[in-house]
Amino acid sequence: MALAFDEYGRPFIILREQESKTRLRGLDAQKANIAAGRAVARILKTSLGPKGMDKMLQSPDGEVIITNDGATILEQMDVDNQIAKLMVELSRSQDYEIGDGTTGVVVMAGALLEQAEKLLERGIHPLRVAEGYEMASRIAFEHLEKISQKYEFSADNIEPLVQTCMTTLSSKIVNRCKRTLAEIAVKAVLAVADLERKDVNLDMIKVEGKVGGKLEDTELIYGIMVDKDMSHPQMPKRIEDAKIAILTCPFEPPKPKTKHKVDIDSVEKFQTLRQQEVKYFDEMVQKCKDVGATLVICQWGFDDEANHLLMHRNLPAVRWVGGVELELIAIATGGRIVPRFQELTPEKLGKAGVVREKSFGTTKDRMLYIERCANSRAVTIFIRGGNKMMIEETKRSLHDALCVARNLIRNNSIVYGGGSAEISCSVAVEAAADRYPGVEQYAIRSFAQALDHLPLALAENSGLPPIDTLTAVKAQQIKENNPFCGIDCNDVGTTNMKEQNVFETLIGKQQQILLATQVVKMILKIDDVISPTDY
Amino acid sequence: MAVERLLKDDATEEKGERARMSSFIGAMAIADLVKTTLGPKGMDKILQSTGRGRNITVTNDGATILKSLHIDNPAAKVLVDISKVQDDEVGDGTTSVVVLAGELLREAEKLVNMKIHPMTIIAGYRMAAECARNALLQKAMDNKQDSEKFRLDLMNIAMTTLSSKILSQDKEYFATLAVDAVMRLKGRNNLEAIQILKKPGGSLRDSFLDEGFILDKKIGIGQPKRIENAKILVANTAMDTDKVKIYGARVRVDSMAKVAEIEVAEKQKMREKVQKIIAHGINCFINRQLIYNFPEELFADAGILAIEHADFEGIERLALVTGGEIASTFDNPESVKLGSCKLIEEIMIGEDRLIKFSGVEMGQACTIVLRGSSAHVLDEAERSLHDALCVLTQTVEDSRVLLGGGWPEMVMGKEVDTLARKTPGKRSHAIDAFSRALQAIPTIIADNAGLDSAELVSQLRAEHHKESSNAGIDVITGGVGDMQKLGISESFKVKQAVLLSATEAAEMILRVDDIITCAPRKREDRM
Repeated sequence: MALAFDEYGRPFIILREQESKTRLRGLDAQKANIAAGRAVARILKTSLGPKGMDKMLQSPDGEVIITNDGATILEQMDVDNQIAKLMVELSRSQDYEIGDGTTGVVVMAGALLEQAEKLLERGIHPLRVAEGYEMASRIAFEHLEKISQKYEFSADNIEPLVQTCMTTLSSKIVNRCKRTLAEIAVKAVLAVADLERKDVNLDMIKVEGKVGGKLEDTELIYGIMVDKDMSHPQMPKRIEDAKIAILTCPFEPPKPKTKHKVDIDSVEKFQTLRQQEVKYFDEMVQKCKDVGATLVICQWGFDDEANHLLMHRNLPAVRWVGGVELELIAIATGGRIVPRFQELTPEKLGKAGVVREKSFGTTKDRMLYIERCANSRAVTIFIRGGNKMMIEETKRSLHDALCVARNLIRNNSIVYGGGSAEISCSVAVEAAADRYPGVEQYAIRSFAQALDHLPLALAENSGLPPIDTLTAVKAQQIKENNPFCGIDCNDVGTTNMKEQNVFETLIGKQQQILLATQVVKMILKIDDVISPTDY
Repeated sequence: MAVERLLKDDATEEKGERARMSSFIGAMAIADLVKTTLGPKGMDKILQSTGRGRNITVTNDGATILKSLHIDNPAAKVLVDISKVQDDEVGDGTTSVVVLAGELLREAEKLVNMKIHPMTIIAGYRMAAECARNALLQKAMDNKQDSEKFRLDLMNIAMTTLSSKILSQDKEYFATLAVDAVMRLKGRNNLEAIQILKKPGGSLRDSFLDEGFILDKKIGIGQPKRIENAKILVANTAMDTDKVKIYGARVRVDSMAKVAEIEVAEKQKMREKVQKIIAHGINCFINRQLIYNFPEELFADAGILAIEHADFEGIERLALVTGGEIASTFDNPESVKLGSCKLIEEIMIGEDRLIKFSGVEMGQACTIVLRGSSAHVLDEAERSLHDALCVLTQTVEDSRVLLGGGWPEMVMGKEVDTLARKTPGKRSHAIDAFSRALQAIPTIIADNAGLDSAELVSQLRAEHHKESSNAGIDVITGGVGDMQKLGISESFKVKQAVLLSATEAAEMILRVDDIITCAPRKREDRM
């Protein structure tokens, strides 16, 4: 570590406890960072594409997760390196923004870093590389727009949407029944979508899973499903034309929040309080009955006595329903959440065609279905599967598919998958590079090469000879001037992705390139890493 | 330049071949562990817990064995999980599912060594599983219409399930018990209504099915021991000191006299409550919560049988059987539905006194009393019976049945074999491997029974090559026998679940090429 000395030869202390910190500077720092970024990308690389493999992750508590979703892998990996953490963030932001392509973005960033390393070795300044990348990404971005196509669909013609979702799902373990799941995802999104405003609120789609059964039993429920059962074992298990009172106040004796003290010091007081208590319970239940409710859903618990009174007055009730579920129920049934019994009115009740309890398997698992709601804008996807890990992975895959469908509704431009878009961009960037004078030209060319890495990885994972395949496809693209040629991962026999029906959303792809470039720029700009040595 | 540290300390990463190897080995080790328990001549395992007392369990139930293991291998955890799900979902076949998944992976390992890509193997397995399922669907028999035959089916299934368990000596007896119990449910399939009581003493043969309901409680002192035409009120209410819960009130007085007054008032309140309860016109009162001495005395005075502290399930079951509702307030005696039964009496089993409710209104619930020489035997007997009951209820729901004794595996194996011959490409190796994995199950059954498995399975295969054969392994005589005649059946639903989840699990493990194990969470040393 470099030390500065003052005029008397005493060392200046620049960093506190600087002896105990390690410090990497200059090219070493950049190289170490690049190596870390590439290491992360290397882990994810094999998960890319329809023939990508999964990763098995064991959490600190010994739980096992099997997934091929980039964002999930990175999140669970417990990364310690700072740069690796940046890559994790990158994948996460792609997940938040687009929901799909989380693996691709990391692989892309890794490829960019790899190319940058070569440039740095030649003595090109990191910032110039970063600038070159920036220009190249802009070219690629515009080129993507050019080759994208508008994809027309409507509420009646959902086939295009289904096809796109199928592309997303085909890389997951669920690809056995991707058709069914894609249809479920699209129907769910369309049910909650506002086609005019082009907006989809994914919060309205609830994804529930339960182990057992098989994947094919996964179903879409136009309504809400709650993992709860009736509060009293003898309440009816099926209610037609339910009028639902949604309460956030407990069926329990009131405990005012203000500080108070009720002392019982005489027999009379004891008696009155007792009377009051009995009356209070009675009134609570009567109130619900009076407004015409036939089902009570409550966020809190019930007192035994209240429970019996409810049962007695033939008013089925569900207790301990979570806040989020309560909101969904309120939205679906068109009811209002009522915080106090006094405020219950008939208008505030939610309506549902059928409410029924269904039991599963040999254990006492029961679930409550609320169906044919007044407002069908909230749906539930109910996943079944052989084991817990399967369900968790299906949930993640469905989430990706839902996001893709949403993105398409927001912006119906698509590009073709199978690496075709990257190859086409690579060709365009390469061609544009020659027009830029200066050092940036090299960076732009490197960018084009980095773009080739995605199709390369795709071909490699599919068991094809990567370089042969890529060069063949690239030549074909240029010869036929057809940007739809990609890697034929599934051995279908044609490289034309348009015929194979492999799509990705335009914004997804654009976002991938932008985010990857941004992170790489950030990493390249770092020239000093100060970290505490072992703590 | 090497990356110094990407992951946290203690976290490990295994890649490619090594990852695959470690998951194969882990999964196969688990499968080998439970393998010897398969089939009618399967052996049991002793499990010793690490907790205090070092309790031991003797069992042959796959799910129970796996549940008690502490496993560190992630692939092995997948197998444990499928076994657990199988237990929850269909109740039986928990060993088979693990063994099949293990065999599938064993075959897959060979293929991987032959340089066939895991994805190709998966594609082949999928085709094979689909084909096997169709073969099962075609061969499944459905006797739902014919109640006589259906009962026979159920009996056969129950006997087949029980034959691999500790109850196999008296399997006919217990199969009848189980079938009777399930038939009483009349398709409602609520296993909670069947209560299993374990009482050490006597022999397993002394176990019996009681049509009524037996509550493991004592009758209060000085109250009638026998009531005919009982009217029962099932309640869940505080019968100790009935607190005033409203407004968080509390008692605060300034003199002793006032305390006494309030005590009297409290007593008065309790007396009124008891009066109200008595006003229902009942002669039996059962509460989930405690009943203090004072109200108990009042009940005794009124000649009412009061039972305190019946647990929650007991209460629910009682309400179910007697047709009453669980009450917590007692102001409207006219509208509360009371339960009823013909006779309540105290009975003795061994040296325990129990309360028996017979002649109940709803005949759906019943109690099976298990007797046996030790607690371990009883526990295992309960698990076995539970398996049988689960399978039966599942069969009542989906009445298709298959033959047992390795018959379904051979049928599937044959169909899958045919498919392999028809499929071009590398996938056919995988399909072939699937068929071999299926046929490994009869091999294991025969091995466990100490038979010459190679000879038997080849005979079996030859037999199955003829059209519609019913051949399977007859462990008792040690040869190939007609399963239809021997009456060995299995539920279609169980077999299907075994097939599907085993394939799913194998596929999942095969897809993995990288295992990242996070640093285990640090625990405080509790030594």
